Amino acid sequence: MNARSNGPSQRAWDTTRQSREQRLAAAARYARGKLVSHEDATKLLEAVVRAGDRVCLEGDNQKQADFLAARLAEVDPAVVKDLHIVQSGVVLAEHLDLFEAGIAKRLDFSYSGPQGAAIARALKAGKIELGAVHTYLELFSRYFVDLTPHVALTVARCADRDGNLYMGPNTEDSPVVIEATAFKQGIVIAQVNELVDKVPRVDVPGDRVDFVVAAPSNFYVEPLFTRDPAQITETQILGAMLAIKGIYAPYGVKRLNHGIGFNTAAIELILPTYAEQLGLKGRIATHFALNPHPTLIPAIESGWVEQVHSFGSEVGMDDYMRARPDIFFTGRDGSMASNRMYCQSAGLYATDLFIGSTLQIDLAGNSSTFTKDRIAGFGGAPNMGSDPRGRRHASDAWLKAGREAAGETTRLPRGRKLVVQIVETFGEKLSPTFVENLDSIELAKSLDLALPPVMIYGDDVSHIVTEEGIANLLLCRTPVEREQAIRGVAGYTDVGRARDARAVEELRARKVIQRPEDLGIDPLEANKSLLAARSIKELMHWSGNLYDPPAKFRNW
Amino acid sequence: MEILKVHHKTRGPAAGTVGSALVGVVASGNLEVLLERTLADTECTVEIATPVRGYDDVWKAVVAEFVERASPGGLRISINDSGARPDTVMLRLLQGVRTIETGHD
Repeated sequence: MNARSNGPSQRAWDTTRQSREQRLAAAARYARGKLVSHEDATKLLEAVVRAGDRVCLEGDNQKQADFLAARLAEVDPAVVKDLHIVQSGVVLAEHLDLFEAGIAKRLDFSYSGPQGAAIARALKAGKIELGAVHTYLELFSRYFVDLTPHVALTVARCADRDGNLYMGPNTEDSPVVIEATAFKQGIVIAQVNELVDKVPRVDVPGDRVDFVVAAPSNFYVEPLFTRDPAQITETQILGAMLAIKGIYAPYGVKRLNHGIGFNTAAIELILPTYAEQLGLKGRIATHFALNPHPTLIPAIESGWVEQVHSFGSEVGMDDYMRARPDIFFTGRDGSMASNRMYCQSAGLYATDLFIGSTLQIDLAGNSSTFTKDRIAGFGGAPNMGSDPRGRRHASDAWLKAGREAAGETTRLPRGRKLVVQIVETFGEKLSPTFVENLDSIELAKSLDLALPPVMIYGDDVSHIVTEEGIANLLLCRTPVEREQAIRGVAGYTDVGRARDARAVEELRARKVIQRPEDLGIDPLEANKSLLAARSIKELMHWSGNLYDPPAKFRNW
Repeated sequence: MEILKVHHKTRGPAAGTVGSALVGVVASGNLEVLLERTLADTECTVEIATPVRGYDDVWKAVVAEFVERASPGGLRISINDSGARPDTVMLRLLQGVRTIETGHD
């Protein structure tokens, strides 16, 4: 006889629901309905969070549940310990404090920015067990497969008594985090700036939210996507001219994403000047998957941009977006609506070009922002900066790139995403951007990581733009050609000076490499008079004073 | 501060008749270039004062390419680089040659 039976199983099928009910019961003494006083927030967390739980402490690269982060760092580490933190952004000092105190042990994340050096130190000291550094879509996807949070600590602008949350322009990661947590019997706690009778719009329905804490001060938002035009260099303007005339124009790139950084800010600021002179208005850069970059204001105001969908908001842009519903996605309440997962998907599948910067590029075109002592994490670059092999719709830009990559052999037409790295050959403190080996390979060895962190893999990169010119990697037919194409735009770095000059000239004859003069661009014309706005104040003026820059950018 | 001096023979004299020109400003990541028309028509010297050590080969490569591109004969050029990147140095040198040719940049 075997043990197979058609009768009902004896196992319990609702242990997660039972666990949830026990946690809610333990928390009941601190709550009136869903409302918990900020003074009881630490006790609430001790009641609902259990040792070994997966916890998402929101928090991404923009908004922060900073009050709940500080309270979680205060719990008794003898009771709440060994947590597995699963969140997109490790940005606050408190996020690292959790690991120092033993409250948390394991980490799966995407982006670290300012805490990159602290994470590297904690890893080396054995305070953090690192799962993986994910791309955003990858981490969000794992929330539904094997990294579902037991507890999500989220953040909203306001809530009503039923727990309905209004996040406004800063909705960001929250819908995906809360959906995964709430529907798998987890606990959702929201920090809010204020309690109201009726929220302006429901970004997260109250039946997915268990507790609401009105924090004593407003949550923190990092103005991560604001670039002061005054700091843009002539070299960056030259790079922007090359990108527009050498890539946007010939491919007719209309749908795109721009990375964060001064190189792409320069592109945004010369659309209404340089690109306008080239007669490109309406033919390029009309539809964006992009955060509301203040440097895009002049292009929007001069009628270049048709629409923008955003991952998150940007400090100071709320009123401007509210006044431009033709351009931005806005709710019935009038304020902008963002969603990081939707916008990442849009950037991956519905754009023809990603362009962004990086810290290091190797001879195969692999790029990384990790250095020997910084675990920087990734932003949106790896998803948007990759060729989505699941794409099935054609566009002129995509087909042209596909033809270039396939060469003469194409019998079955297939497109390619344009993935452009735009860099200066030397970075801060004269550190070379082009290297024989990425620092992240050394880092992976020293930390025993299974996978060296690579932001964009070389086989996804279509073009590299530097002040020396454009390398079109789609047209390279061998690894040797690819290496010489990269060396050929690497300027005076060791990698650049080790080029085979004859091979580089041959590549130039085939237009694999294009110099500024090959494109009719005079480097001496790359100057600040081309920038549609030369300061934050001029961006304000362009916006009709609707853009309200944060204090740290008000330098007048 | 390290001083690097490079001397080149050029194909011919720099265009124009302006006696001297100053381009750029000394500030973070920027630099100042002084050009004086004081040498023989096929001579050019470039003096680089830099706070960053160990980049002599880079600067020599930048100057060699500049001489090839601009043929700056007759010019004595002094660069106060304040840690600028090679691309900025090249840009300023080319701007300097244009300024000493036309009197304005």
